[in-house]
Amino acid sequence: MSNNNASNNLIIAQRAVKQLRLEASVRRIKVSQAADDLKNFCLQNATRDPLLMGIPSSDNPFRPPKSCSLF
Amino acid sequence: MGEMEQLRKEADNLKDQITAARKAMQDTTLQEAAASINVVGRVQLKTRKTLRGHLAKIYAMHWSTDSKLCVSASQDGKLIVWDSITTNKVNAIPLKSSWVMTCAYAPSGNLVACGGLDNMCSIYNLKGKDGNVKVMRELAAHTGYLSCCRFLSDSEIITSSGDCTCVLWDIETGTQKTIFAGHQGDCMSLAVSPDFKFFISGACDFTAKLWDIREGTCRQTFGGHENLSRINYILDLCKLYDLRADQELITYQDSSIMCGVTSLAPSLSGRLLLAGYDDFNVNIWDTLKAERVGVLAGHDNRVSCIGVSSDGMACCTGSWDSFLKIWN
Repeated sequence: MSNNNASNNLIIAQRAVKQLRLEASVRRIKVSQAADDLKNFCLQNATRDPLLMGIPSSDNPFRPPKSCSLF
Repeated sequence: MGEMEQLRKEADNLKDQITAARKAMQDTTLQEAAASINVVGRVQLKTRKTLRGHLAKIYAMHWSTDSKLCVSASQDGKLIVWDSITTNKVNAIPLKSSWVMTCAYAPSGNLVACGGLDNMCSIYNLKGKDGNVKVMRELAAHTGYLSCCRFLSDSEIITSSGDCTCVLWDIETGTQKTIFAGHQGDCMSLAVSPDFKFFISGACDFTAKLWDIREGTCRQTFGGHENLSRINYILDLCKLYDLRADQELITYQDSSIMCGVTSLAPSLSGRLLLAGYDDFNVNIWDTLKAERVGVLAGHDNRVSCIGVSSDGMACCTGSWDSFLKIWN
């Protein structure tokens, strides 16, 4: 019984080490590059972001139009 | 045992290696890199619609990819599909178990899913022939509550559970395709990458893990390699992690905020981060400057869920006050 527990714990520990080895080997980029890419993405897409830019009421599907138009 | 000691030492060494490797990438901070950008102007969103109909706390909501319909789950035992523009209830689906904790809309719009304390993920077909919405599949295998689910397609869904695992299911056969094991605590939420190749899970072991869906492996772990034994109370924070730099970039906190974050949603460009809190409000953060630029106040109880539609036109909040609100 205790042998089983011991070998189980060993397997768990081996798996943990294997996983840590995998995660340690990840290729990382510098924070400056990550930050720049994030900044650029946000700035380049800013004009396309309705919540950021605001939505004119005529273009807002959630707002009823102010006047009645007949088309 | 000699080998256990060796493995423990190796594990500690590897954790130190990871910490050092991350530190080596810290040639600046997001704060410094964004210093030249101005904070976004005050964001004032208004409630455009209130979706009334649930009779109890709302625990989850998810937008359909059409940016018009959305689904919500409440502990009144109902899943409601709403037309957010007309506020009409398109479907009101009675659930077998009222202890629902999550819901999801399939990208196709054909299916919705939900689950909770029943430990199952139930899939409903919205486009059945006779117009009735019925249970299409009950995905049962988790040994803990279903905390979150997200469709990859009409044939695959990923679930996260209180049993500490996430699972990729084949909906057709109702079987588990892949089990993502590794978390040491209840898995509470998950988010799928836009290309459907990866997903991130958050768990009660204080970590978030990035999983490769097809390989079934955990690629990266965030928040867990530090020694957390010094923390003797739970501090609910909002942090931004960068996958490629493999580390935290910034924390969204304010001394005036004394409560926990329940839910998060970025705006379309990523510049705004909308976060729902226990104090009944939603705080809007400038993602790059980590400054609060707006507040959505209107709910009379905890904001439990939040989502921004795919076209970025609106934000939907769900609350324990039983209402959903659409803001823009």
